[in-house]
Amino acid sequence: MGVEQKLGDMGVVTTTLENVVNWSRTNAMWPMLFGLACCAIEMMAAQASNYDMSRFGMELMRASPRQSDLMIVAGRVSKKMGPVLRRLYDQMPEPKWVIAMGDCASCGGVFNNYAIFQGVDEVVPVDVYVAGCPPRPEALIHGVLTLYEKVNKEKFKDLAEKYK
Amino acid sequence: MDTKLEPIVKIIQEKFSATFEEFRDEVHLFLKPEQIVEALTLLRDEHKFELLSALTAVDYYPQVSPRFHVVYQLTSLAQNLSLQIRVPVNGTSPKVPTATGLYGVANWRERELLDMFGIEFEGHPDPRRILMPEGTEGHPLRKDFPLGYEEPQFTFNFDEIGLQKPHPKE
Amino acid sequence: MTQIEEVSIEQFKHLVSARALTGETMLLNMGPQHPSTHGVLRLLLELDGEIIVNCIPDIGYLHTGIEKNMEAKTYQKAEVMTDRLDYMNPMGNNLAYVMAVEKLVDLDVPVRAQGLRVILVELQRIASHLVWLGSVGLDLAAMSMFLYCFRERELILDIFELVSGQRMMTTYFRPGGVWRDVPVEFEKAVRDFLKIFPARIDEYEKLLTKNPLFLDRMLGLGILDSATALSYGVTGPTLRASGVNWDLRKARPYSGYEQYDFNVPVLTEGDTYARYLVHIQEFRESLKIIEQALNKLPFGPVHSENRKFVPPPRSEIGVSMESLIHHFKLWTEGFPAPKASVYSAVESPRGELGLLLEGDGGPKPLRVHLRTPSFDNLSVLSHIVNGHLVADLVAILASIDIVLGDIDR
Ligand code: SF4
Repeated sequence: MGVEQKLGDMGVVTTTLENVVNWSRTNAMWPMLFGLACCAIEMMAAQASNYDMSRFGMELMRASPRQSDLMIVAGRVSKKMGPVLRRLYDQMPEPKWVIAMGDCASCGGVFNNYAIFQGVDEVVPVDVYVAGCPPRPEALIHGVLTLYEKVNKEKFKDLAEKYK
Repeated sequence: MDTKLEPIVKIIQEKFSATFEEFRDEVHLFLKPEQIVEALTLLRDEHKFELLSALTAVDYYPQVSPRFHVVYQLTSLAQNLSLQIRVPVNGTSPKVPTATGLYGVANWRERELLDMFGIEFEGHPDPRRILMPEGTEGHPLRKDFPLGYEEPQFTFNFDEIGLQKPHPKE
Repeated sequence: MTQIEEVSIEQFKHLVSARALTGETMLLNMGPQHPSTHGVLRLLLELDGEIIVNCIPDIGYLHTGIEKNMEAKTYQKAEVMTDRLDYMNPMGNNLAYVMAVEKLVDLDVPVRAQGLRVILVELQRIASHLVWLGSVGLDLAAMSMFLYCFRERELILDIFELVSGQRMMTTYFRPGGVWRDVPVEFEKAVRDFLKIFPARIDEYEKLLTKNPLFLDRMLGLGILDSATALSYGVTGPTLRASGVNWDLRKARPYSGYEQYDFNVPVLTEGDTYARYLVHIQEFRESLKIIEQALNKLPFGPVHSENRKFVPPPRSEIGVSMESLIHHFKLWTEGFPAPKASVYSAVESPRGELGLLLEGDGGPKPLRVHLRTPSFDNLSVLSHIVNGHLVADLVAILASIDIVLGDIDR
């Protein structure tokens, strides 16, 4: 019972371009491999056999910012790393999204001190925050799905406005 | 004190007129900065303390002289012994001769102390900061360096703090 | 704050060879964001063609200020920081910390708690080695290793979740014992794991140990001799692969390790492949320890009865005024520790994890220094990679088993 069977003889589907574009964006979103600290291990676990994030079109972790759409900041961002993070973000092609994974990336977590940015939102704009220290792989996957919801609601009009 | 350690401590004590303290079977020897290289050489070559397990410092601020203790934790694999050497140094321009010639590990550990405490090691081959970015002011692990606490954002003060927080441009 | 500073070659002049200044050799920056640096490590490489002439590690991209932050917390609260230090080995870090505190305030630990500690720490060692093995595989393009290793790691994390409610950052060990007794399912879960895992090790070995592609990329690389290793403070599997028989579990038994019968794998080659073999053999030794510890595990209390340091159980608070006061005191003020310093070390999966803990008579430590094994292990890197190809650097770096959280603290 797939879409082929239902629409097989018609061969035509009508929808809006916006829907198709957003649908394709959510189904092949390539995250950047940006493991910083402990949360990165849970991110790896989310990629590995038990949780298998590739079910959501994310099996490809790209090491290069130029090839990725999504930056999952997994871990704490130190004052030395912040500028590097920003540069990598600037190198990513539009449209791009950021998930702050874990308490440290969201708000500084347990490390309220001189060395750590109190939330990566001081450096790059964040779309989805995932709570937990570290968040379970399920939580990360939930965060990703939340992002998909957001992406699915995006309007060309707004994007055009933004990139003007 | 361990019976094997006793003669070694005695030798150091006599040679450098050092004092020692004991707490929970650990021996802390106190030496002067100018004696440290000689003492380490002696311990490494004659008494087989081949591993410098830890090299760190303690800050006794607001006490000024001595303000810091530089701590050398030595381990002897062959005899299964440990010995701690402490070098008290002053708060104003603290200086200790480097041990890089004796233990390779001292290179990075001394850079760390320079970075974190501002203790200078004379003759160090590569005196740069190691952990903090270049251009940081101050030495974080000193007691007079603030922890850098930022007020956490809760529902009741969300907007207030949001105003002060730096926000990135898109 | 978000500007990257421009650095000139002047800063590194004394570290690179003269040929780099004339442009004869190339300076290449690897990291801090790079798939095979195991975290945010930056390596500045001086290359002659594809041969590495000099390698200058630049660390600190994950500097968290853990030491300073611990000094601002009471002894109990500071423990949560240790989990996040070497994040492959939270249980081991907790053990190092609670042992230092126990030594400082002279606190006894019941036998059952010691046995539980040993079991969990050894499970953690296996989990840590599994991540190591998986990422070595990944670095050498043996992707399936990663999938297999993480499959088994989940079994261990399930056990941790069972005992503490958290998968990774457990903070399960507390000064004077453990948080609370393990649930009844614990024994079965561990026994199941003991049954499953030996066959899985064989599976890994089948995939890698004799695999010609793997051997080609591992044999004879990054040779580290024992004298250099000791001078650079290298410990753990890396040191044992260089022919030095030094394991704190054997040399200075703690937490009841003296009762268990196990071997310390030592190899003399000192190359990448030897390090791999040591890791694999440590899997089997850890299993042995777990099995013995589980068989010997006595029943009884899991934390010390010394109410000055260990909070009373809930049930007692309702009926005893004294317990209520202790509870209140411990969680608001903490317990005071003497004005003295101790150094206590444990064998973490990466080497000697030591803690220098100094009290000032109050409830907060005056100084916490974490002697982390990866820091020293990494400092030897620039000595063993020279003359190798860039592609081999990845294998060598992977084999010395570093964790950046452990290095930068
Ligand atoms: S949120 Fe917790 S697990 Fe994640 S990086 Fe921070 S300390 Fe580590």
